[in-house]
Amino acid sequence: MKILTSRMDAHPSDSHTISRYLATGGYRSLKKALSMEPADIIAEVKASNLRGRGGAGFPCGVKWGFLADVHPRYLVVNGDESEPGTFKDRQLLERDPHQLLEGVIISSHALGVNHAFIYIRGEYPKPARRVQQALADAYASGYVGRNILGSGFDLDITVHLGAGAYICGEETALLNSLEGRRGEPRLKPPFPAVEGLYGKPTIVNNVETLSNMPWIVENGGAAYAAIGPEGSSGTRLFSLSGHVRRPGNHEIVMGMTFGELIEDLGGGIRDGRAIKAFIPGGASAPWFTADHLDVPVTIDDVAKAGSMLGSGAIVVMDETTDVVKAALSVVSFFAHESCGQCTPCREGTTWLENMLRRLTVGQGRAVDLDLLLDVSDNISPGLAWPPRQTTICPLGPSAVSPVLSILTHFRDEVEALVTTGVSS
Amino acid sequence: MITWSKDRAEAAQRILGSYPERRSAVMPLLYVAMAEYGYVSEQAMRDVAELTGLTPVQVSSVASFYTMYKREEVGRYLVSVCTSVSCHLLGGDDVLHAVEAETGVPHGETGPDGTFSVEHVECIGACGGAPAVQVNYELIEGVTPEKAVELCQWLNATEPDPLLGDEMQALFGGQRSFDWGPSESTGSKGPVPAFGPYSTAGTDRLAGP
Repeated sequence: MKILTSRMDAHPSDSHTISRYLATGGYRSLKKALSMEPADIIAEVKASNLRGRGGAGFPCGVKWGFLADVHPRYLVVNGDESEPGTFKDRQLLERDPHQLLEGVIISSHALGVNHAFIYIRGEYPKPARRVQQALADAYASGYVGRNILGSGFDLDITVHLGAGAYICGEETALLNSLEGRRGEPRLKPPFPAVEGLYGKPTIVNNVETLSNMPWIVENGGAAYAAIGPEGSSGTRLFSLSGHVRRPGNHEIVMGMTFGELIEDLGGGIRDGRAIKAFIPGGASAPWFTADHLDVPVTIDDVAKAGSMLGSGAIVVMDETTDVVKAALSVVSFFAHESCGQCTPCREGTTWLENMLRRLTVGQGRAVDLDLLLDVSDNISPGLAWPPRQTTICPLGPSAVSPVLSILTHFRDEVEALVTTGVSS
Repeated sequence: MITWSKDRAEAAQRILGSYPERRSAVMPLLYVAMAEYGYVSEQAMRDVAELTGLTPVQVSSVASFYTMYKREEVGRYLVSVCTSVSCHLLGGDDVLHAVEAETGVPHGETGPDGTFSVEHVECIGACGGAPAVQVNYELIEGVTPEKAVELCQWLNATEPDPLLGDEMQALFGGQRSFDWGPSESTGSKGPVPAFGPYSTAGTDRLAGP
């Protein structure tokens, strides 16, 4: 069953155009939504049990329910997809931009929003061009703008490009960025639904989350909730990368195991090798090993097993992988992307990076293993899962995930680096 | 006193009109200024400050936060090689070294003749087509070190303008994250994301707010 990618699969040559979109039932849900009361649309979204697809997995309808009764209010689309391993929103933006726009217009009507923003990361000029063209066509056809389809509902949509800062995927950093400030996360509360963009109530939703709205309005929330296991309703787009034969995005009903996903959809491991480890939900997530291949791909099962489904990015490492170097790559990412506001993250991620690098170049010391844990504990006290944090946002604890993963699952390999002084 | 080209001055006014508050236009205007001056110069920041009603220092605080605002002159071709985890696993570091060796430009620098700037970057959302490279933010997926060398030689020899992602992918790419669909004729005119409303490239069919 496919919801998000059925059009691009059936019509690869023009799924992004308004003519193809209209020919395949596009903007029909918008007409239906405009004839519905906003509260009834919100009720359908609540009934769908749709959980956010950006990483946190928060129920979308519940988030919408927090919106304060103050106007103006805003809807902001989070298209700052930057979590290493994740490339699903890029496909949705590029290959079916009208599906997203229809979701934005429906949601804006439901939420009483007259100005929505689509924040797309700066490294995605092509997806942004596709969305901007789709938006121009939607304006020209009367789906966006004044008095949409004669309903009396007005909506403007602005596409905004980021400029190379992962942290802007964090919703309050994104709002600061959209306000023309440094992309530094804000202290919460207040949450954006109460005080968001320009201090006004704001809903921030991920691209994939909103791309589901046309289907939910057309088929009803109950029909969406009926797809897949409890707690992980609907289909979901997973990004599969690393040492698999067939990397790519796969839209699936949640519930199959990671082993099935990697084997059946990913074609198994390249060159007939064995799997060593995999990251189940983007670079922030603690790693799994071959022992976890029978964990079902659902939000709750992955959480129970000690990690997170996060952004839906599965990164596979085969038996030849130097896990210390792989962890260094992930930690370097977070050290580079730390916004610098909070000392444990700003200093801690850099120290983790330095120590791992030292190990990979043969200058590691026996004491470094405990020191890695000590610095990690300063960033995320207790080294628990889900992580506690001493910082405004979860970026710092995210850098701890790969460090704990290699020290838990591959400690002998890290120790061997201290003894032999060389990375394999 | 702002001396931008007529197209860019008009784009600036459209951008300012797209937001409820002028300050929000800082980021898009920095891109327009970068297209005008080639990088975010001191003058570029003064211009953006004048347009948005901020002080130059406030604009500078924003420009310095985001890696895509280059505050030093950039080469004609900005080659960005991804070394985040999926690309790392499939040889992104080797691709970077090949690009550095071929161009003679190390990470974070610009060559003396101004043709190339080289940088390694964090995840560019092309993990299914790792290792990935961008030139002026146009993407090429499934790049080998050998193909990366050929790419640099081709840029040097043919000086493509505009630079088309689909063409580079066909010539130097391999495995892609997904089917890209039909090829585009819009491309990059310099080391700024080719997004019509900001760069004024490829805006012919655009209408809207």
